[in-house]
Amino acid sequence: MKIKRILTAGLMGLSMGLAATASAEPVKVGMITTLSGGGSGLGIDVRDGFMLAVKQAGNKDLSVVVEDDARKPALAVQIADKMIQSEKVDILTGIIWSNLAMAVVPGAVAQGKIYISPNAGPSQLAGRGCHPNYFNASFQNDILPEGMGAYANKVGLKKTFIMAPNYPAGRDVLNGYKRFYKGELASETYTKLGQTDYAAEIAQIRASGADSVFVFLPGGMGIAFMKQYAQSGVSIPVMGPAFSFDQGILKAVGQAAVGAKNASHWSKDLDFPGNKPFVEAFEKEYGRLPSLYAVQGFDTASLILSAMKKASIKDTDAFRAALKEADFDSPRGKLKFGNNQHLIQTIYVREVIKEGDIYTNKTEGIALENHQDSYAAKCKM
Amino acid sequence: MTSALFIEQLLNGLQFGVMLFLMAAGLTLVFGVMGLINLAHGALYMVGAFACAAVANATGSFWLGLVASIAAAAAAGAIVEIVVIRRLYSRDHLDQVLATFALILIFSEGTRWLFGSFPLFLNVPELLSGPIMLPGGLQYPLYRLAIIIVGGAIAVGLYLLIAKTRLGIRIRAGESDRAMIAALGIDIRLLYTVVFALGAALAGFAGALVGAIQSVQVGMGEPVLILAFVVIVIGGIGSIKGALVGAILVGIVDTMGRFLLPSFFQIFLDNVQANTVGSALASMLIYILMAIVLIVKPRGLFPAHG
Repeated sequence: MKIKRILTAGLMGLSMGLAATASAEPVKVGMITTLSGGGSGLGIDVRDGFMLAVKQAGNKDLSVVVEDDARKPALAVQIADKMIQSEKVDILTGIIWSNLAMAVVPGAVAQGKIYISPNAGPSQLAGRGCHPNYFNASFQNDILPEGMGAYANKVGLKKTFIMAPNYPAGRDVLNGYKRFYKGELASETYTKLGQTDYAAEIAQIRASGADSVFVFLPGGMGIAFMKQYAQSGVSIPVMGPAFSFDQGILKAVGQAAVGAKNASHWSKDLDFPGNKPFVEAFEKEYGRLPSLYAVQGFDTASLILSAMKKASIKDTDAFRAALKEADFDSPRGKLKFGNNQHLIQTIYVREVIKEGDIYTNKTEGIALENHQDSYAAKCKM
Repeated sequence: MTSALFIEQLLNGLQFGVMLFLMAAGLTLVFGVMGLINLAHGALYMVGAFACAAVANATGSFWLGLVASIAAAAAAGAIVEIVVIRRLYSRDHLDQVLATFALILIFSEGTRWLFGSFPLFLNVPELLSGPIMLPGGLQYPLYRLAIIIVGGAIAVGLYLLIAKTRLGIRIRAGESDRAMIAALGIDIRLLYTVVFALGAALAGFAGALVGAIQSVQVGMGEPVLILAFVVIVIGGIGSIKGALVGAILVGIVDTMGRFLLPSFFQIFLDNVQANTVGSALASMLIYILMAIVLIVKPRGLFPAHG
């Protein structure tokens, strides 16, 4: 009996040893994202999307540590230092906001860590500041407004009233729209960041004689604007980048958003092999419809998992090459990276509709096919 | 620029001012009567909005939500006064600021824990939705008009309460000499709780009214709180009349500034620059107004104590 037990133990030990050598190198991912304070809905969606992909893959070699940056750049930098130095993560990801990304990413990639952006896409990192270790699996900030501008030309809009908060991303978005839009501007209005009452601006829209309104008002600002706009009796069509019309927001806006056109790089009704299973799995797991942030989180995780199948994280060049291949079926179809390691992707126009009891988006058409951001040319890679 | 646009903007300013008044009235009462700086006033505004949204979504009635917002904010105010604020009256302002700031954090995280991070849905009731034709062919949202009327009625009601009722006499007496009023046998502790709950109810009511046209989310109270402080500094701390005048002044100056300044700069700058400079200046305007008022009248327009 005793001998048999020793033998079994030995065999088990041997087989475990074999398993360890056969498996790939473990990869540790550090996720810094916004889970509390204003805008935490975005971080939660990114995390949940990411974790869904991790759970589905069941890859024991991938471990993830998640920390909350509370939307504070200083805190994000601190967490990044801790993750790199004491937790020894291989890959960083998770940051939602461009200003936080600018505080963390340049330092992290300079220390040899790979960073994959699941949301923020500041122009600096797409152009001259591009880096072999920086991948963007979401979007460059300008591409959605560019899509909207192209759409405005396509449907023959001639006089748009454009509005955004007075801060860098607000200016980038309006510039993105103007880069593609060929018509005349009724007005270019900048509001205070965090403003919640738009009565004065709506009165100006009413008096401006515009044929369309383009707004970039993320988070609570967009909710407030859409509700007040619906009450005002102004019936000029509203459009904007998808952030103001995404799943988390629509619940709070309700009927007031119906009919609004928005540009997005994903929609839940797109016909790709990866899309329907993703939407169903997400809804089953979390009991709500996925947002585009959830898609970006999911794709970030899928990207890492796909590279782990092909290369070891110890061989940075091979791993980066494997990331760049993006060999998996994304809910956005097959992903393709450009020279600056940002995605070349199709921008769709969606319309807000009511589906049963739920407000959601329906794809109406394509605004820009296989669109690359305007900064790629400045990147020397 | 048409006169219709001008009048519409004036109404917008008035409506904004009335909302600020509801916030500032409670703040100035609490400061005037109890000498307390209450940073958590914005949290009570948020409590009102969340209570209204939760009840309106559960019952389908905005009006029940409105009642709930007043009840919830008043109850929260009374509890906070009894548990925390009561211990702060004799402390200096720094302690008060610290403790009430802690209350902001507790209320914010508590609300997030209860309702989650996503904004709640709350819409304008069917009865008041959509625009209305005003004389002169001006279209204006009915709901905003209702806010102006309700806010005006509350201002009158508060005036009557303070000037004509026994409670009002006690509040005024508490403002001018709290040791004497206690010596006269009035339960000053109860009076303080009542005043605090009244201020909280007004804030909660404002939160619910505004929540229907803005966004019901954690942290919605703090930006309004800053404006309310500007209002009471301009109006004279402790004075309800000052709060009303200050609120309407701030409301109209802010709205008209946002509307007129960019067009003003367009006279001598190009379009984009004019908008940038104009909107930057517009967001500073009320603080400039406050600075000017403080230079001319350092105690505000209507100082409460002589």
